[in-house]
Amino acid sequence: MLTYLRRSLLLALVLIAVLGFAYGLAGTGVAQALFSYQANGSITKHGSALIGQNWNGYSTTKILDPQWFHGRPDPDNPLLANGKPGESGSANLGPRSTVLLQDVKALVKAWHAVGVTPTTDLVTTSGSGVDPDITPQDALVQIPMVSKATGVAPSRLRALIARETQGPELGFLGSPVVNVLALNEALAKLR
Amino acid sequence: MDFAWTIVALVVLMAVAWRFLGAYMVAVYETRVHFLGFIERPIYRLIGTAPDREQTWKRYATSLLVFSAVFLLLDYLIFRIQGSLPLDPQHLGAVPPALSWNTAVSFLTNTNWQNYAGETTMSYFSQMGALMVQQFVSAAVGIAVAVALIRGFARKGSATIGNFWVDTVRGCLYVLLPIAFVFGIVFVGQGAVQTLSGPAHIKDALNGVTQTIALGPVGFMEVIKELGTNGGGFFNANGAHPFENPTGLTNLFSMALILCIPVALTYVFGKMVGALRQGVAVLAAMTIIFGAWTAFTAYAEHQPNPAVAAAGVVHQPTGNMEGKEVRFGDTQSALYDVTSTQTSTGSVDGSNDSYTPIGGFGLLTGMMLGEVSPGGVGSGLYTILLFAIIAVFIGGLMIGRTPEYLGKKIQAREVKLAGFAILVMPITVLVLTGIAVSIHAGRAGPLNAGPHGFTEILYAFTSQANNNGSAFAGLTGNHAFYNVTGGIAMLMGRFAIIVPTLALAGALGAKNLVPESAGTFRTDNTMFVGLLIGVILIVGGLTFFPAVSLGPIVEQLSHGKFFGVSMAHLTALAHWRLFP
Repeated sequence: MLTYLRRSLLLALVLIAVLGFAYGLAGTGVAQALFSYQANGSITKHGSALIGQNWNGYSTTKILDPQWFHGRPDPDNPLLANGKPGESGSANLGPRSTVLLQDVKALVKAWHAVGVTPTTDLVTTSGSGVDPDITPQDALVQIPMVSKATGVAPSRLRALIARETQGPELGFLGSPVVNVLALNEALAKLR
Repeated sequence: MDFAWTIVALVVLMAVAWRFLGAYMVAVYETRVHFLGFIERPIYRLIGTAPDREQTWKRYATSLLVFSAVFLLLDYLIFRIQGSLPLDPQHLGAVPPALSWNTAVSFLTNTNWQNYAGETTMSYFSQMGALMVQQFVSAAVGIAVAVALIRGFARKGSATIGNFWVDTVRGCLYVLLPIAFVFGIVFVGQGAVQTLSGPAHIKDALNGVTQTIALGPVGFMEVIKELGTNGGGFFNANGAHPFENPTGLTNLFSMALILCIPVALTYVFGKMVGALRQGVAVLAAMTIIFGAWTAFTAYAEHQPNPAVAAAGVVHQPTGNMEGKEVRFGDTQSALYDVTSTQTSTGSVDGSNDSYTPIGGFGLLTGMMLGEVSPGGVGSGLYTILLFAIIAVFIGGLMIGRTPEYLGKKIQAREVKLAGFAILVMPITVLVLTGIAVSIHAGRAGPLNAGPHGFTEILYAFTSQANNNGSAFAGLTGNHAFYNVTGGIAMLMGRFAIIVPTLALAGALGAKNLVPESAGTFRTDNTMFVGLLIGVILIVGGLTFFPAVSLGPIVEQLSHGKFFGVSMAHLTALAHWRLFP
């Protein structure tokens, strides 16, 4: 039995060194050397290109800030919690949940108030809670709102969305998407 | 159409993995590959073993159990003292005892059930030195057991089934490590983060938003999480998080990494028993089940979400998008989650809890069939071979001959061992679910009320007893009751199946071959594939149909009805409410 224990302990320690630290640290080194932008979170001037932001503004009375395109309604963007990194994740409400029903109703009402007929993505929360993307259709339906608030002509906004539409990768992997941050950065330049 | 092309791409990748990774793995386990000998040989010297020192099944099993127990203790210690260890830029402090226990068991058993949110609980030291290490080791141990069982079929009159230490070390070094390293670079290139510095703080001048963005050594862990069919992600959101699974391409690679070893093992099986057709028959049964489940789950997720429709958005051309990411869409999310629940992975790229009732049924029942299509690394193959033994036994009864499989007589001992190993999982799931719904501590867990809440509990035990680790994540598992019972389910689902499997390997290896005759029941033709699928579906169906009827089936039939949220969760949920 002692032989088994000694072997187990030694092998476990060696594997922790090789598979945990040698692999993890070598990987970090290679990643930082080859892809330092991606490895550090794809941080651009206005935030991470891969992490969705809250475009609603902080006012509790103003539900939607009409001068920006909005992403998924990821509630109280969890990354904002008290300056400490919060938990990512979804709301986990079932398809027959009264809470989901009420939340979606409230969102539909808020969108209608700013003259937008929302698509599915604009009233449902994402899996990560930080989805950075919307579909081109999700952006197009917001044009009346954004155009009215910013004074930019709808045709220019349509061209903007077309320019910012990416993918799907290799023509079939995933869906065509518009990155909300990139779209709003481009919008800011127009104004 | 995009979905069809994704399937085509996946099939092509799997064909390559089956033929070439399979052949490579045969060479690895027949100790014909040596390019990492400079690491491998010192390890053997240190622990005092060698590839030619083979073990009986009893010694093999003892080594496995002692090694697992020691590693369990080490990981528990690391979680408890992580506050005093380096690589903790967020000063997270020690993980509480019950949670440390549950997590150590979870990663040891290849389950990766997570009662914690990685980014706010585990230091970088724990993530790399405990969790990621187990993602390699538990996978290598799983493959070792499968290879030992294959040796049992392949050898005749042999007292030994291989050397546990050598099989485990070779699996880690030659199979998992190189593939993980290469794909780790690809994932980071696509956008996965890989850094040891703490969170990034950002103030966006456009909208005045301040953000704290959690970072960490994610990309390289992500790859071994998929490759070892582990499923435990760095972030709470798992494969839905853009830093874990940034693009459609990484989503495809994730699925390919999950499936490649289980699929390649059917080649290893065929090759080592000297008849590739036998491996193809097993792979065919796996593929048919996988295809059927993918088809109806993806179809279900392409349907509208009932709550969203009732709230006024009736037209939902993009399917059920609640809890899903835009870059993946409905059907490719469903494909990923089916891949993850038909193996022992359990990673998710969307919220399983928000699936339509039939979509959720697809994920739940994928696990209930025992995860054999193609199943976890190693565990998929050895579990389907247990079913194959039951299938030849039933076939033998029908034609009135002593059953044989691959020239080995299947006698009372073998059928008893296989039967026992197959029944461990359903009994564990049903008994623990029964207890949970009967006592207050168990009923306090689920978030959603009504049949969906029952599904959350049933899903939790099914997932843990199958070492899957995915969750209907509305269930709050981080309480004493679920931490303890979940730990039991995971240990049963792992070791109460591995030990009889190794006993079976020993019993088969000691037997001599029976010469094939005209009366031999063939196990490499369509009829056997059909019989094998039938046995898997009947065992799973008969065992779980009553329980499933109370969950997803009732929910699907509740047209126009909506259910509230369990009271215990109202406070927790306030955080998630969109408007106060």
